Amino acid sequence: MAANPLSEIRNYTMNFGPQHPAAHGVLRLVLEMDGEVIQKADPHIGLLHRGTEKLAESKPFNQSIGYMDRLDYVSMMCNEHAYVLAIERLLGIEPPERAQYIRVMFDEITRILNHLMWLGSHGLDIGAMTVFLLAFKQREELMDVYEAVSGTRMHATYYRPGGVYRDLPDSMPKYQVTRWHSEKDVARMNAARAGTLLDFIQAFTEQFPAAIDDYEALLTDNRIWKQRTVNIGVVTPERAMQLGFSGPMLRGSGVVWDLRKKQPYEVYARMDFDIPVGVNGDCYDRYLVRVEEMRQSNRIIRQCVEWLRAHPGPVMIDDRKVRPPRREHMKEDMESLIHHFKFFTEGYEVPEGETYAAIEAPKGEFGVYLVSDGANKPYRLKCRAPGFAHLAALEEMCKGHMLADVVAVIGTQDIVFGEIDR
Amino acid sequence: MPNPAKIWLALPDYGRSTVWILVITVALIISVALLTLWERKVIGWMQLRRGPNRVRIFGLAPGLGQPFADVVKLLLKEVVIPANANKVLFRLAPMIALIPAFAAWAVIPLSPEVVVSKADAGLLYLLSLTSMGVYGVIVAGWAANSKYAFLGAMRSAAQMVAYEIAMGFALVGVLMASGSMNLGKIVESQTGGFLSWNWFWLAPLLAVYFISGVAETNRAPFDVAEGESEIVAGFHVEYSGIAFALFFLAEYANMILISALTAVFFFGGWQGPFQGYPLLGASFLGQPSFFWFGLKIFVFLFFFLWFRATFPRYRYDQIMRLGWKALIPVTLVWIAVEMLLAACRVGPWARPWYH
Repeated sequence: MAANPLSEIRNYTMNFGPQHPAAHGVLRLVLEMDGEVIQKADPHIGLLHRGTEKLAESKPFNQSIGYMDRLDYVSMMCNEHAYVLAIERLLGIEPPERAQYIRVMFDEITRILNHLMWLGSHGLDIGAMTVFLLAFKQREELMDVYEAVSGTRMHATYYRPGGVYRDLPDSMPKYQVTRWHSEKDVARMNAARAGTLLDFIQAFTEQFPAAIDDYEALLTDNRIWKQRTVNIGVVTPERAMQLGFSGPMLRGSGVVWDLRKKQPYEVYARMDFDIPVGVNGDCYDRYLVRVEEMRQSNRIIRQCVEWLRAHPGPVMIDDRKVRPPRREHMKEDMESLIHHFKFFTEGYEVPEGETYAAIEAPKGEFGVYLVSDGANKPYRLKCRAPGFAHLAALEEMCKGHMLADVVAVIGTQDIVFGEIDR
Repeated sequence: MPNPAKIWLALPDYGRSTVWILVITVALIISVALLTLWERKVIGWMQLRRGPNRVRIFGLAPGLGQPFADVVKLLLKEVVIPANANKVLFRLAPMIALIPAFAAWAVIPLSPEVVVSKADAGLLYLLSLTSMGVYGVIVAGWAANSKYAFLGAMRSAAQMVAYEIAMGFALVGVLMASGSMNLGKIVESQTGGFLSWNWFWLAPLLAVYFISGVAETNRAPFDVAEGESEIVAGFHVEYSGIAFALFFLAEYANMILISALTAVFFFGGWQGPFQGYPLLGASFLGQPSFFWFGLKIFVFLFFFLWFRATFPRYRYDQIMRLGWKALIPVTLVWIAVEMLLAACRVGPWARPWYH
């Protein structure tokens, strides 16, 4: 080796994750660092690979809806939406209007769910732990909405080709008196649950803006929060487009692009809402964009609630090909029973062809590319996960920053490994 | 039956000191236990939670058993020593961290009568001991032979050096106002009600001192040495069981120490707030007692917890910037201001005994 002792000084490698509190699941980053400064950040993926795309090839179309929930497991219904939309396009059907409104409403509820999760974990990563719990309090209410409508808090499997699984329920599940909750507590906790699901959602939308104000009070003007996020992970608009960014990551850089506006699906064209756009493309702008998106989602939900109250009707297309027979018919009618059996075991055939259906998921453009060879299973299913493109830009966003900023950048990318590893 | 008071007086000086050392140490350990519970409770309330409320003592006081149950758990856990660790230093580090946190209490006047040592150089003793604490952190980070721990140690070393200076300068200001390095005399010099306490004339130094104190104890928002979400647990990432508990004990003992010192230096220690005031001065509100000292410590501890629940974490270089570019200049400027005040003989410098 050279005699110069300086040549002995080398960068060192650090393994960040997969078991790291800020790795958002199973991210494994191999960092090359010069002191605390990142020289290279190499994300390793695949630790959560479950072969969703391949699994879908071996199952009738409807049986893969549940797998979609498990892709991006904090924005469940949005994933279903893209998949269901792709099937509908191949089948050439369109769900009834009420189903479209329900889907839009739940897409936006999902967006709030996702952004609350993001806000909480981003805050926690940067050290502001109170936001996390405040956000989860609101999130819990929306989880109850999921549960009321689908029976599960997370993996709903609620959207179906041709509509949604069932209409919105007339009542909300209620709390019971326990050792820990007296009758008075329970009465207070059930106050918003006396009416229908729509009443509950409306009550939520009325108090939610104040809750966002609380989060903002803790973060938006906080000097430390600003120091930690302003000018961190800056992405120029040109670069953001080259990197294949979408969603708040793209809008944070100042690109006005939102599929809900640019390629409206379902009834988004009838909704009145704004697209927040950042200026500097740093973590702080993306934070502001997402917080404003929550407010806009709240607006959309209100409009949907109003419409849904006034317009009862079917929530599923009346096409025997894609919907199971009614329960009461099955009890008396043998053909219906056979149909039911065939529908849930064999499924339905989808005409030959291919399509790409994309929706504006909370994290960006979530797309499903579906190829059918005319059988009852997809020939090929490809998911376009927004997080994948974002994660690929991690090195570019982190380079030259310090270790603590890597955590901020991972937070701002809103990474969920379910969709990246699939 | 011999009279206990007589026995007490008959004891030699070192005997009485030994008793007080034991009392203070045990009281401190129990305070740390209760402080951890109080912290979890307070932060829980701030976060719409309840905090620990299950472990009871004899079926009473839900939650009060929590810290003691935690201690038992930590005592029973295995202390894992990594294969590549420096085994001697690894075992030594928690003790290095803990000893100064307890030893510093020797010079702190708890009430007008009670102080283990009335050392005249008490302030210097404190400064030297609190700067010893950093060695525990550095040695722990080094000995564990883990990159995360090492990063935590480096951060902690740089941070503590920077804030030591700001803290030292803030104490120079206190020294100038009180004219003594004896902590008991510093408290006595603040006689005369809450407006005579040092905080009034030394407000900027109070801010600097308390911020530095939070940084010295590695508490949020300056907890980069632990940096939960960045370097997992920083310097004590490899410690488990009671070895970890010792670091924990040291951190909380240091919190109590910093709160106590803030009370001594800026809020008149054991002095009552209305001392010397008409009517109130004769009542409990004006009398010096340990109650006032304890109350002041409690309030400052609450600030520690409040900060933790409210603020995001600073980045390591931002902490350094705050220390070097904001806090140290403030102290220097205020020392100059104090010189002017002293020359004009206002505030604490108007006291006849000062000159």
